[in-house]
Amino acid sequence: MPDPIDIARGVLLERAGLHEPDLDRALGRLLASGVDAADIYFQASRLESWVLEDGIIKEGAHNIEQGAGLRAVSGEKTGFAYTDELQLSALLEAGNTARAIVRSGGQKRIKVRGAAPVQSLYDPINPLSSLTEREKVDLLRRVDAEARRRDPRVRQVTVSLVAAHDIVLIAASDGSLSGDVRPLVRLNVSVIAEQNGRREQGSGGGGARDGYGYLLDQDRALGYARKAVHQAITNLEAGDAPAGAMTVVLGPGWPGVLLHEAIGHGLEGDFNRKGTSAFSGRIGERVAAAGCTVVDNGTLPGRRGSLNIDDEGTPTHNTVLIENGILKGYMQDKLNARLMGMASTGNGRRESYAHLPLPRMTNTYMLPGEYDPREIIASVQKGLYAVNFGGGQVDITSGKFVFSASEAYLIENGRVTRPVKGATLIGDGPQVLTRVSMVGNDLELDEGVGVCGKEGQSVPVGVGQPTLRIDELTVGGTSA
Amino acid sequence: MQNDSNDMVEREARMEQLVCDLLAEAKRQGASAAEACVSGDAGLSVSVRLGDVETIEHMRDNGLGVTVYFGRRKGSASTSDLSPEAVRDTVKAACNIARYTTEDECNGLADAELMATDPPDLKLYHPWDIDVSGAIELGKRCEEAARTLDERIVNSEGASLNTHAGLHVYGNSHGFIGGYPTTRHSLSCAVIGQEGETMQRDYWYTVGRAAADLETAEAVGAKAARRALARLGARKISTRDAPVVFQSDIATGLLRNFISAIRGAALYRQASFLLDHLGKQIFPRFVHIHENPLLPGGLGSAAFDAEGVATHARDLVSEGVLRGYVLNSYSARKLGMQTTGNAGGVRNLAIDPGELDLDGLLKEMGTGLLVTEMMGHGVNMVTGDYSRGAAGFWVERGEIQYPVEEITIAGNLKEMFRQLLAVGTDEERRGNIRTGSWLIENMTIAGS
Repeated sequence: MPDPIDIARGVLLERAGLHEPDLDRALGRLLASGVDAADIYFQASRLESWVLEDGIIKEGAHNIEQGAGLRAVSGEKTGFAYTDELQLSALLEAGNTARAIVRSGGQKRIKVRGAAPVQSLYDPINPLSSLTEREKVDLLRRVDAEARRRDPRVRQVTVSLVAAHDIVLIAASDGSLSGDVRPLVRLNVSVIAEQNGRREQGSGGGGARDGYGYLLDQDRALGYARKAVHQAITNLEAGDAPAGAMTVVLGPGWPGVLLHEAIGHGLEGDFNRKGTSAFSGRIGERVAAAGCTVVDNGTLPGRRGSLNIDDEGTPTHNTVLIENGILKGYMQDKLNARLMGMASTGNGRRESYAHLPLPRMTNTYMLPGEYDPREIIASVQKGLYAVNFGGGQVDITSGKFVFSASEAYLIENGRVTRPVKGATLIGDGPQVLTRVSMVGNDLELDEGVGVCGKEGQSVPVGVGQPTLRIDELTVGGTSA
Repeated sequence: MQNDSNDMVEREARMEQLVCDLLAEAKRQGASAAEACVSGDAGLSVSVRLGDVETIEHMRDNGLGVTVYFGRRKGSASTSDLSPEAVRDTVKAACNIARYTTEDECNGLADAELMATDPPDLKLYHPWDIDVSGAIELGKRCEEAARTLDERIVNSEGASLNTHAGLHVYGNSHGFIGGYPTTRHSLSCAVIGQEGETMQRDYWYTVGRAAADLETAEAVGAKAARRALARLGARKISTRDAPVVFQSDIATGLLRNFISAIRGAALYRQASFLLDHLGKQIFPRFVHIHENPLLPGGLGSAAFDAEGVATHARDLVSEGVLRGYVLNSYSARKLGMQTTGNAGGVRNLAIDPGELDLDGLLKEMGTGLLVTEMMGHGVNMVTGDYSRGAAGFWVERGEIQYPVEEITIAGNLKEMFRQLLAVGTDEERRGNIRTGSWLIENMTIAGS
């Protein structure tokens, strides 16, 4: 396999007629006196999507974007401009605009040099060409057929297939030049089932930093269809969800969205530097029950939330956020790390060259404990067992967070009894994990469909957890 | 910022030429029909925090997109690159996709006779002659007003000013081509109040096509601060059933849910709780919901939709009865209907206000919940089941008692629409959706 940085140089510099001395000039231009740090983020991305609906290949779309974002940082101030023209004149013009954050002249001499890659978590391939068009279309049809074959009550099936090929090159004022080639594929299935005039939906999906072959291996794509059908059929039988505070058991995998909302966002460096997070200034304090260890790990091979380097060129880390219940650390980008006297944890991420980097999560999950999941369910007299979720949201400052169950069951006398409708769960981030009384031994990561939004920027992320028992959480159903 | 009108005319001509080039290239590559759009946006975003500038961002975005039809098969492609090579490559990528999509008799351009002819100028372009230092100054005044309102305002996420100008041109192989420039300016502020150990954040914003439409910087800051202060001391309440008032800025979300349920795509997929409800009573008789795409200067205004179809004012609900769906030409053909000119969404949607202001609605409610914030996305559009996180105020005898948080409110949208008792006169007028506060008869509140 070729080195990602060579691919990135070829696509972003050579093809555009740019050379490394041009980078030196553009970076030097950004470095007016008073500028502490600067970088240029070059990006070329290709995206394709295919949609099957009503049993036919209904839509396909192809998108190409490229450009460069230039940033100058002075203390807590940031100047930013970007261009979709990869030419020296455009870079210099954007550089002049960005450096106007400091009202001074001058420029520095700088020489960038390529940094050696530190990790290779995925192959630098173009996933768009990992299958032929014919094979992509066949995959969609097979997923559709699987969903319809599964149960005659399935009325509607929508399948979407997406691949992105993202090539980035980052030149920073510390002289480093780093590059990455990031493949990403995803398949989503949503179905509607009908019985006696009642309609319910179910969804499934997954993906990875890999070619489309990932979806074919082990018939994964067909598994997503089966999961979607199971969820829709289950919901056809669901009664009203309970309302009020109760014991909640969360299943393994995607329910880890709890961690993403309840504590993940609150531990991002920017909110903590500014003192606006409910977790601000609480490092060393107990924020979870003993036995709870939570990490943000960008170094898992092939995972949707993983990156070889973040969008500031820092290698991603496995960062311990909570260790055995004690708050250990924040997720940092360069700017917030510097202002807090810490080191970047490789969490500086951006949606594209046209956005500023922010501290963002990668793959956030809790390490396994010792309980058998059956033992956890058996321990609950009356409560809710929630195994699948939609999205969530958090108010960083008050610490209140929500996440919405899409597949849930009642637990009565230690047994899972009947399905209930989806409901939103609400809690308090700094408190919720102190109420975890049992941690399962069945850690799972999600299937690879997560998207996180912050300040209008979306990035792919992963979550995971073992089965968890939470002694009290508010469930937003309608049945008292 | 671009505010020279000659320059604007020239840019519009250049973008129209690009659209024509895309359509010609599509024809050359064998497409039987095609549609294309080209857009260019420029903007400035400045944020100020704790009295000092924090970020200055200059935006400049270009894009072109094309959809080609080979009979009833279609393919689409887009790029940020406006060069002649990109025009050729993008059309080629779209044509390649169309080789693999399936014939679909509902595919195609909107019918030629529906194209807008001589669209009116809706006065959507009002560039703001403000430079970076002017923007910083306004941001500082806004945040200052928030931070000095009360000593319990202890921290700030800052104030930010955004100003954007854009030009958008659409054309198709019926021969339709149209474009118009727009502007959009906004100012927002978010601050944090503290009482004891707990902090509460809240924000406010103002937005408009013209700078003159904006609230003053001081008013935005003061409102953000008052909202954050009002939340201090929030507590959880016990689980119960109660009437609920959705404050006007939150009530816009209920109208959005309504629109999602009558969108063509949700209907032909049978993914809506309002399937087959055309002509049926879905709200009480007093409810009148309408859209006016031709409102001069409106944030949602457009004289033609994303397929070139002429837009017009119409009723969606009158006397509480559903009178029309929200359709583009594809979903209309799927349903055996006519497009409603809503490719790209609804434009300037409004529900008629009633008699009471917010205080009046609270008195009418007596005892119940005033919701001022919602969290999460717990709405099931297939069934109408509704369960979302909320914060607001507990109300007794028409008076606010104390702030509440960490609760959910749940019900079913179909029921909630039927149980709408009154719409307030306190209209939220900032966005594309205009409504007063909503009083709903009964919902389940889950808390401690």
